[in-house]
Amino acid sequence: MLEAIFSYEFLQNAFGAGLIIGVIAPLLGVFIVVRRLSLIADALSHVTLAGIAGSLYLSQSAAVFASLNPLFLGIFASVGGSVLIERLRSLYKHYEELAIPIILSAGIGFGAIFISLAQGFSNDLFGYLFGSVSAVSREDFLIVAGIAIVVLLFIRLFFKELFVLSFDDEYAKASGLPAKWVHFLFMIVTALVIAGSMRIVGILLVSSLMTIPVATAMRVSKSFKQTIFLSILFGELSVITGLFTAFYFNLAPGGTIVVTSIFLLLVVIGYKKAAVSRKKGAIA
Amino acid sequence: MVAPLIEIKDISFEYEQTKALENISMSVQEGDFLAILGPNGSGKSTLLKIMLGLIKPTKGSIKLFGVDSKQFKNREWVGYVSQKSNSFNSGFPATVEEVVAGGLAKKSGLFRRLPKSAREDVKEALEAVGMEAFIDRSVSELSGGQQQRVFIARALVAKPKVLILDEPTVGIDHQNVQSFYNMLASLNRDKKITLVLVTHDVDTVTDRITHVACLNQTIHFHGFKEQLHTMSDEQREAWYGHSVRKIHHVGGSHSHA
Repeated sequence: MLEAIFSYEFLQNAFGAGLIIGVIAPLLGVFIVVRRLSLIADALSHVTLAGIAGSLYLSQSAAVFASLNPLFLGIFASVGGSVLIERLRSLYKHYEELAIPIILSAGIGFGAIFISLAQGFSNDLFGYLFGSVSAVSREDFLIVAGIAIVVLLFIRLFFKELFVLSFDDEYAKASGLPAKWVHFLFMIVTALVIAGSMRIVGILLVSSLMTIPVATAMRVSKSFKQTIFLSILFGELSVITGLFTAFYFNLAPGGTIVVTSIFLLLVVIGYKKAAVSRKKGAIA
Repeated sequence: MVAPLIEIKDISFEYEQTKALENISMSVQEGDFLAILGPNGSGKSTLLKIMLGLIKPTKGSIKLFGVDSKQFKNREWVGYVSQKSNSFNSGFPATVEEVVAGGLAKKSGLFRRLPKSAREDVKEALEAVGMEAFIDRSVSELSGGQQQRVFIARALVAKPKVLILDEPTVGIDHQNVQSFYNMLASLNRDKKITLVLVTHDVDTVTDRITHVACLNQTIHFHGFKEQLHTMSDEQREAWYGHSVRKIHHVGGSHSHA
């Protein structure tokens, strides 16, 4: 397959985008998990679905939009959804979690309407829902690469603020850090990563690439930086193994990537339990 | 004359149309170890949050180091230790060093990495709270008392001039509470850090503090702890309700709820 990767552009695009997503999704995922915002990623991925389905419908019904990459409207919907979630969270201060089902339902609702309005894009849609190895265009790859630059720059510039905010948001505010702005930018960047990742992993599984490698890393890591490193390692292992399996067995890469990440999680949980038992045995 | 480190003038605060604080005026001078005492719901934590700029008062003004709090830029001069149980994510995967270094975030400046000297600063802050041996340990593995010392080190690492603590001994066993307050007293005495503390540990804290503020929506007493006995019974009752009584000890007077 390595030969094929160098020969076919679509495989270069898929693997290039996959390798990038394997870094940025778990990297941002660490902050999402420790801030207990995992469900927000799910809500945003469903809003992205509405944007993608809307774009596919527009491309059918208006010639102007025929060549529009659905990823653009997907990104627009995802970023808009993240802003709306924040507005709702401040509106329902005592029930902040309400924002998630509201936005998630709205995403599915609009998505269902656009899907039923349009005809005959079930193949395209399947790729967007569960990922695709063959459908990643050079433009998709470049968009993902652009998103990665934004994410890496954001993390580089605001790492210490994000760490303090994640650990103790009240302390972050009290110490004069721009907690509100950093959080707002964080939500926008999260929306970008979700929209960028869904070409490979699929809308329905994108949040899992942001959370499962982190859950795996947290079982064995001793520090925050180690958690980030291991999350990216497990993320990359899942993406590479998942893409190879998907290509060879003609499966949806979203499924193979997520199943691989679950497998890694189970292995690490088993290893950790065995290590604890050995330690107890040695003490006894 | 040197400006007070914290100066509160005529502060009132309403929460959902309920009065929490009314016409509070008080000041904290350099070197003070002030305990703010009062029953549950008396507005102690609200007052601290107003001092820290976490919430805005309905009326009144606050000056920090002689500057209006809205214009005050040197936030690293004011260290904060919150109630542990309220804001700390106990399963957070971070080492003690990482947590304490977080206290340097504001001082280092936006868009900048922590300086190379950060580890030395962290070690020094941990030494001040007797936790230097735990620098590489995971913060979630520590006991409640140890975690609270780490949070004080986080506040100390930026070398604040005043430290504000909101019920820092919640969840810490009695024996450790004693050594915790001894450590605070030594920070005040040896490191010359001004301390403002909200607490329910009236008995334990009285020997260590220099000043007391008795709060129950409004200030009923504020001054040197030695003057506390000058409060009349009516004032005590207004402050803490009828269950408060005065017990005379040799060498001073203490209030008990």
